Formats: sequence, C-alpha cells, structure tokens
Amino acid sequence: MKQVVRVAAGQGFWGDWLEAPRRQVEGGPVDYLMLDYLAEVTMSILQKQKERDPKMGYARDFIGAIESVLPAIVERGVRVIANAGGVNPVSCAQAVKELAAARGAAGKVKIGVVTGDDLLPRLDDLIARGHALANMDTGEPLTTVRDRVLSANAYIGSTPIVEALSRGAQVVVTGRSTDTALTMAPLRFEFGWAPDDWNKLAAGIVAGHIIECGAQCSGGNCLIDWRDVPDLANVGYPIVNAHPDGTFEISKHPGTGGRISVPTVTEQLVYEMGDPHAYITPDVVADFTTIRLESVGPDRVRVFGIGGGAPTDKLKVSIAYRAGFKAVGTLVYSWPDALEKAQAADRVLRERLDRLGLRFDKIMTEFVGVSATHGPLAGQPNADLPEVQLRFGVRGESRAAVERFTRELAPLVLNGPPSVTGFAGGRPKVEEIVAYWPALIDKTEVQTAVEVIA
Amino acid sequence: MKVRLVDIAHARSGDKGDTANVGVIALKREWYPILVRELSERRVADHFRGVITGSVKRYELPNLGALNFLLHGALDGGGTLSLKTDAQGKVFSTALLRMVIDVPDAEARSLGLPSA
Repeated sequence: MKQVVRVAAGQGFWGDWLEAPRRQVEGGPVDYLMLDYLAEVTMSILQKQKERDPKMGYARDFIGAIESVLPAIVERGVRVIANAGGVNPVSCAQAVKELAAARGAAGKVKIGVVTGDDLLPRLDDLIARGHALANMDTGEPLTTVRDRVLSANAYIGSTPIVEALSRGAQVVVTGRSTDTALTMAPLRFEFGWAPDDWNKLAAGIVAGHIIECGAQCSGGNCLIDWRDVPDLANVGYPIVNAHPDGTFEISKHPGTGGRISVPTVTEQLVYEMGDPHAYITPDVVADFTTIRLESVGPDRVRVFGIGGGAPTDKLKVSIAYRAGFKAVGTLVYSWPDALEKAQAADRVLRERLDRLGLRFDKIMTEFVGVSATHGPLAGQPNADLPEVQLRFGVRGESRAAVERFTRELAPLVLNGPPSVTGFAGGRPKVEEIVAYWPALIDKTEVQTAVEVIA
Repeated sequence: MKVRLVDIAHARSGDKGDTANVGVIALKREWYPILVRELSERRVADHFRGVITGSVKRYELPNLGALNFLLHGALDGGGTLSLKTDAQGKVFSTALLRMVIDVPDAEARSLGLPSA
C-alpha cells in the first residue's frame, strides 16, 4: 500500500481559474486531480441547457481542463475526478472520449461515469409513493412548486467513485456528487478504508472540505495578513498529502505563490459551516470539533485527530424551480452631495413605479460606497464622498412588470437629479429566477450505477 | 478598555440558503476565551439588528480557537432570489468584525489586547 496519496484541487467552482488544473498536474508530483464544478444552482442552469440540446447539460469548461492536462495525465498516470457531469454525465464522458481520440490518445484513457443521482424523471412517482420532499428550511411539501421544478438531484457519496477507480477508470465523471466525496473516494480506494471506518472517512471529508474551494485555503480570499500573502498572481492551489491512518498534510507546489498556514486553513474550515459537531455527508458524519492543525514547515499544515460517526439513512436532494423574475440596475452620482442625489433618484424611481401600478414582491435599493454590504453597521458616511452608486433591484412573478421597470432607469439620466453617469451598460437584463429547494430522501430510493468506457 | 474585534480576530463567511454563516477565529489562542465570553448569541443578534430578519445560533470550536455563527434570514431569500450585492453572504465576516467590545483594563493588559 502507498504511504502517501496526493490529491490536488484544480477547480473550486464552475468559473474558477482555467490555468489551475494544468499547473497542478505539471507543477510537481500528484496522484489525483480533483475538480469541483457544482454549486447549489448550477444543476438548474445545466438542466436548461440540456432542454435546448440533449447532448449538453454538463460543465463544458471540464473538456477544456482535460485538454490542458491530457498529455501529462496520460504520461504520468494521474487520475482525474470531477463532478462536471452535471445533469448529463454520460454526454460529458462521451465528450472526454472524443477529445482523447482527437488528440491521439484514443483508447488510452478509461472513463468512469457515475449516474443515478438524477431524480427528475422519477419525481411524480416518488411523490405518489408518499415522499413529500419537504423544503428543509420551510417544511412546505414539494407539491407547492411541483409544476415549476427544473431539476432534482440527490447528493451522492464516494462509493460509486471508488467503484469506478477500482474498475480502472483514469477519469471519473459524476453528476451531483458531494464536493467532499471527490477527494475522499481516492483515499478510500488507495488505502482500502472500510465503509464503516468512521474516523478515517471523516478525515477524508475534512480533507475534501479544505481543498474543495481551491485557493481559498492557500491564500486566496484570505483576510488574515492579506497584504503579506506572497505572489497571488502565481497562487498555488492546495494538495492533500494523505496517509493510510487518516492523517494528512495540506501543501502546494514549490515556487508558487499564496500561503498555507494554520490560519489560512482555519478560515477555509469555517467556510459554509453549519453545526460543526455534525457535518453530514452520505458516507459519514464528521465532527469538526475534533480537527487538530499543526504547522509542519513552510506552506505545510498537518491535519489529524479527526473523528466521525455513522451517517443518516437519508440523502440530501437539490431541487431547482422557477420562481419569478428579477432585474437589477445601477447609476452613479458624483460629488457634491453624491449620496443625497442618489437618495433623491431612489425616491423618484419608486414614485414612478408606483404611479405605473407596477407591483413587485420586493424592491431593494442599495447605495454602493456607503452601505451596500454592511448596511447600518457601516455608520454615517463621509459627507464629501466623491461618488455613490445607486443600485436598484426588483423581483416579482410578472416578467412584464420587471421588464417595464428596466425602462425606468435610463430616463433618470436626463429627467432626474443631477451629476449622474455610469449608464454605459444599457438597460438592466431581466433574469428568470431559478430558486433552490433543499429536501431529504430515503437512501434506499437512490441507486447509483457505474459504467467504464474507453 | 474598548477593543475592536477586527484587531483580535479574523473571519470568513458563506451561505446556505437564506442563512449566512460567520466563522470568527482568534488571532491568538489565548484570546479565544474573550471571544467566547463577549460574542454571545444575544450580542451578535443585537449587532445585526436591522440587517438580518431571523435568529442567531452559535457553535464553539475550541480546537480551532473559533466560533461559528449562523445568521438566519440574512440574505433576502438567498442564492438566486436575493437582490442584494452580497447575496451569498461573503462579507458578513467583516460586518461582524466591526463590533467593539469592552474588556476590563487589567485583563486586557495581561492578555496584550490592542486598544481601540
């Protein structure tokens, strides 16, 4: 058995740095490249794409990422695990296969495809058999919004990925796997951890949580001593160096920028945390209050002591549904009296919308440069502000009403308060809102499947 | 003595639906008990009055010298529904660090806390 397995993070979300995957593979020795593409609402965007073209519905960036690392992973045997499959992992795998063939690597790259997370075709059957799929936040049953549902996917764990690896897949593509499973699966596979070895599985989850947001644990978006984080232009993405006993070190490639320290790793550990005693995943419930961190060298942090317990008998389900429309527009007002002018424009706009008889679920005004991010906590603004941005948004069920609002911003440039500019972007865009509905389902209702193609 | 939280802690925040989480981490391990004592759920709820519509829940992580706060009703519905600039709660971290706390002079001196 290997005594160390190196899992490198190359993508923290869909839209992350395109350079990162190649830098992770070429910058030094690694065994696995882990790419996380899916956020809460990504699945619904992909579902809309699939409705327009049945061959789409996966993260296209992933094909570019594979192209950028293909020669190196073939030569060095680096394996890639990604949840880039979205709502169409089979087409995603097919695209990887075609790319490999086009680049002279036909048949050299075995691709594992994990399916079974997509519950959309079974939704009515599940509801008919008594699964309420109640919203975890509000308790409402899914029937409330059933006719507006766009996608429904169960968060699946590491087991099918482990199976794909054991069947020789070099690239594993999944749909809605949990982010952490992408890191934990290769550790389970390499070290042969038993499916009920809770402490080790919990360690795999913690490792995944630390690196799943890419550079956010290695100096990116890092508040502590932020001015002194070296060479962010050349930031190194994190690598888990894991051991059979469930301990691991976080590092990055030599010669890269950024920083890995106890504080930078701690900032990432608390990111998007709920109850730290129970970080629930399909494989294990990890206890974040057991995690110990220790600096063991420059840009190297050891993580140990992690405990966990048995998982629940449920899986979380990510459901997306159409929830009306929104639009947000901005105008910039300059000195003197920038804030007063922006406030006057806000009043004019609200009165005009009211006179038009437009009704919205929500109208929101923000004054960027004064209070947009911290609200009243920001205190009294400097009276001499050089400029203030008025940011005005509406939300409602009626597309026509939201559309009409977008026509009311531009006229203010000539018929509202003075010293206004910053309208080059044109009319605000009307966006359809696709909202997120978290629910639970019995594990026994979700069967995953693994296919390996070459 | 008045002490600015931003001088004794760092923080990161994120979202889960309409809830923002803020992890607050003591800059020195010996300052963690000050955070535990001063940053009660009630104090943090008072701080965010008018900014969030729901309750505040606190969890302790002595192993990391950190507290985790869940701020419910923080994001105008959250995710794609929200009209807010900070729809994903990314800077609730720095909003919490605006807090100023009172620490008895002798204790502040013995712990080496920086004065506001």
